[in-house]
Amino acid sequence: MTVDVIDKLVGIAPGSAMDAIRAQRPEARTHAQKSYEALFTPAELAGVTTAERFAVACYVVGLHGEAETAAFYAEGLASDALRAAVDAAVRQTVTEGPYGAFPSGPLSAEDRPGPAYAVDAATAAALGPRLAAAFPHVHMLVFHPRDAAPESLATVLAAGWTTTDLVTLSQIVSFLSFQIRVVAGFRVLLRAA
Amino acid sequence: MPDTNTTLTPPEHTPPVVFTRAQVDWLPWLEPLAPEAMTERHMAALVDANRVKSPYFRLLARDPDTLESRTRADKDIFYNTNAGLPRAERELAAAAVSRLNGCIYCASVHARFSATYSKREADVDKLLAEGVDADLGESWNAVVAASVALTRTPLAFGPEHVARLRADGLDDLAIADVIQSAAFFNWANRLMLSLGEPAI
Repeated sequence: MTVDVIDKLVGIAPGSAMDAIRAQRPEARTHAQKSYEALFTPAELAGVTTAERFAVACYVVGLHGEAETAAFYAEGLASDALRAAVDAAVRQTVTEGPYGAFPSGPLSAEDRPGPAYAVDAATAAALGPRLAAAFPHVHMLVFHPRDAAPESLATVLAAGWTTTDLVTLSQIVSFLSFQIRVVAGFRVLLRAA
Repeated sequence: MPDTNTTLTPPEHTPPVVFTRAQVDWLPWLEPLAPEAMTERHMAALVDANRVKSPYFRLLARDPDTLESRTRADKDIFYNTNAGLPRAERELAAAAVSRLNGCIYCASVHARFSATYSKREADVDKLLAEGVDADLGESWNAVVAASVALTRTPLAFGPEHVARLRADGLDDLAIADVIQSAAFFNWANRLMLSLGEPAI
């Protein structure tokens, strides 16, 4: 039987009150899980390897500082060397969001500056060229998505990611931004019972 | 179908510079699938066939399994009205998250929906104009505060947010709806903001 990742990470026991609540949104439950499967155990990997998918996940979850969810995705990343490189990238680039600039105009008063992605050369080398090119884009998506621009996509494409790979990469980061929040929110709700 | 593997330059357009309830367009930075190139699998992933008109959904159809699951989760979180949080407040959560993250396109769509279901156009406009600290009355303030806390990285959502929503009369299913609505827009905003840009 497939383990429902959100139930597992929240600690929802079958027959519990939280189980009953999730059962009232059955399609959300089923398809949150199917989204996870489509991104992390897909029938076809297309252009993005399993190691890349889990390395991006470990980076995103690490940047959020959610320990249990991070431990789950770390299990999916087979390479110790890659896991160490991702952990180093997290340590060097973790910050607080959301920040970023609005289109120039009345909203500019709300612009909030924040750090740009930067890692040391050893970390970039250990990530390899494809992930080293993708991580600045991932960092922006996590912390300052309103700063997105086509130049950021172009940099990732130039490292060998295709248009379709970039859709998958964007979905991995965006889906995790959802899953991390559902898990954290449900954990709080469960314990506030 | 062959990938172009380059970014697109949108046609000349006017970017919105304020949050609005008016209709906003969206222009892709990456090549969507051409309608005639879409297979049955791609079409099924759209769930609603008329979404073939949308460049956003035709772009996401490049990863069809993920798009289909994303869409089915979205519909249940926002449209399943079997108890729980009213539609207006689910849309309020979506609009508040979009306001904080800075997704003018998403905010326009969900501010419209929230205004339609709540008939509280002035309060929706206040959220758009003033931001997530706008005073919208305690019921809406509690939903916005919970949505904002869940949107910040690191997450700032805690038992005090649950207590405030309960004090306002929400049961745990309704609070779970706030959580899933806010969490879902952290998904949606990132796709909309990073794969294209709004235009008016």
